[in-house]
Amino acid sequence: MTRLHAADENLALVRAQLSLIPSASVVAGSLVCLVPLVAQAPILPPIALMIFLAWRFLRPEIWPIWAGLPFGLFDDLISGSPIGSGMLLWTIILLTLDFAVNRAMWRDYWIDWLAATGALIFYIMADMVLTVLTGGGWVFVPLLPQIAAAILLFPLCLRLCARLDRRRLTL
Amino acid sequence: MASEGSKRPGFSRRARFGLFAGYVVAITGALIGAGLVIIAIFDPQGFASIRGGVSDVTAPISSTGRGAVQSGGRIDDYIANWWNAGQQNADLRAELEIARRQLIEARATDLENRRLRELVNLIEGETETLATARLVNSSLTSTRRTATLFAGRNQGVMSGQPVRAADGLVGRIIDSGRTASRVLLLTDRSNIVPVKLTRDGTPAFTTGRGDGSVEVRSLEAGRNSFEEGDILVTSGTGGIYPPNVPVAVITRVFGDTALAMPLANPAALDFAIVQPAYEPPVEETETSEDIEPDDSDLAPGFSETP
Repeated sequence: MTRLHAADENLALVRAQLSLIPSASVVAGSLVCLVPLVAQAPILPPIALMIFLAWRFLRPEIWPIWAGLPFGLFDDLISGSPIGSGMLLWTIILLTLDFAVNRAMWRDYWIDWLAATGALIFYIMADMVLTVLTGGGWVFVPLLPQIAAAILLFPLCLRLCARLDRRRLTL
Repeated sequence: MASEGSKRPGFSRRARFGLFAGYVVAITGALIGAGLVIIAIFDPQGFASIRGGVSDVTAPISSTGRGAVQSGGRIDDYIANWWNAGQQNADLRAELEIARRQLIEARATDLENRRLRELVNLIEGETETLATARLVNSSLTSTRRTATLFAGRNQGVMSGQPVRAADGLVGRIIDSGRTASRVLLLTDRSNIVPVKLTRDGTPAFTTGRGDGSVEVRSLEAGRNSFEEGDILVTSGTGGIYPPNVPVAVITRVFGDTALAMPLANPAALDFAIVQPAYEPPVEETETSEDIEPDDSDLAPGFSETP
């Protein structure tokens, strides 16, 4: 009986660990910025936000509506955007998606991608504007490759999250 | 697939309240975020200590992989070098011939310079080194061009100090933690460096463009003083950057502005050097008046002996 109980506890522990997969993947997306490269232009798309959105599209109920606050703050600290900008912008994106989903009659892969495209362009541009306000400078052309990369890599993020989701739900 | 619709909590009062509280928390948090940004607008250096602390934590993580990435980055150079070895050899020989001749000339000029400088009682500004450290990572997603330097307050690195490499200027420190600090690179939009042309000393300033190049603007209006291939060095005007550090080479000219490429490529840097912030010397009139015939002919960037 005790052994059975222990196995049960073990299972609960593993389940708890697996349930951390979505959050851990977003944090890992933020940590990609620590790649030891010194770049001369913003080359990396906002990977943490892309993974965050991919989870949002795969499992609309997975993030509480305030989930953008901690993840956005962490991303700000690592990526060098003005502190607070991620908290603001990620929450705006989440609220907008929440609002839009209530309105939309239909949803499929392409609409998801389109919505993600809009969200990512909004984030990159708004982040640039907030950076300008806090002492940076207007930059537009160097952002285009970043925006293109973000749009094109989003389906890959969806794939990655789908695979992680399968791992999360086995057991 | 049809849209899943809203997360209607049904008739449970508790579930409804939970959903409502979530929205309240989200909107409050977003407003707090906006508040933090507004604080940063009025005091851009306000969160410097937080930033410094974060770079303290992240710099060791990045620095472990930096050596590997650098050696990896050179592999394509090796292959390219093998591919056109013969042509390159001939080109380099020709270049070496010219360089050797110029070196002899430069040595002669250097000697003459030193003699003249002794004559008018000038010494070059001190080039003290505070710290020598690796640049370990950079802002890859943000439009700010900053890099993390693996040296901080423990080594005496403070915000406002210039950072250079053997090839040229890299940027300046914007916030420093205990063991790591952040460098605002030359290519950041907000980094303005007073420079001069090595050819004729025309004063100008460079502004980053955020894409790896810098824009050069002349301070003398109406004159097209730039030529392709011109080399820019810091002029030391206004302090911070010490004079005569190589900055960039002009690649394209558009009227009285020009596009230049920085000479020090931070991506290929092994080590960067932090120097104390440069303070332009205050002239002491009573000693220098009778020695110097003309003040305006002096090359800027040499401090006078007190």
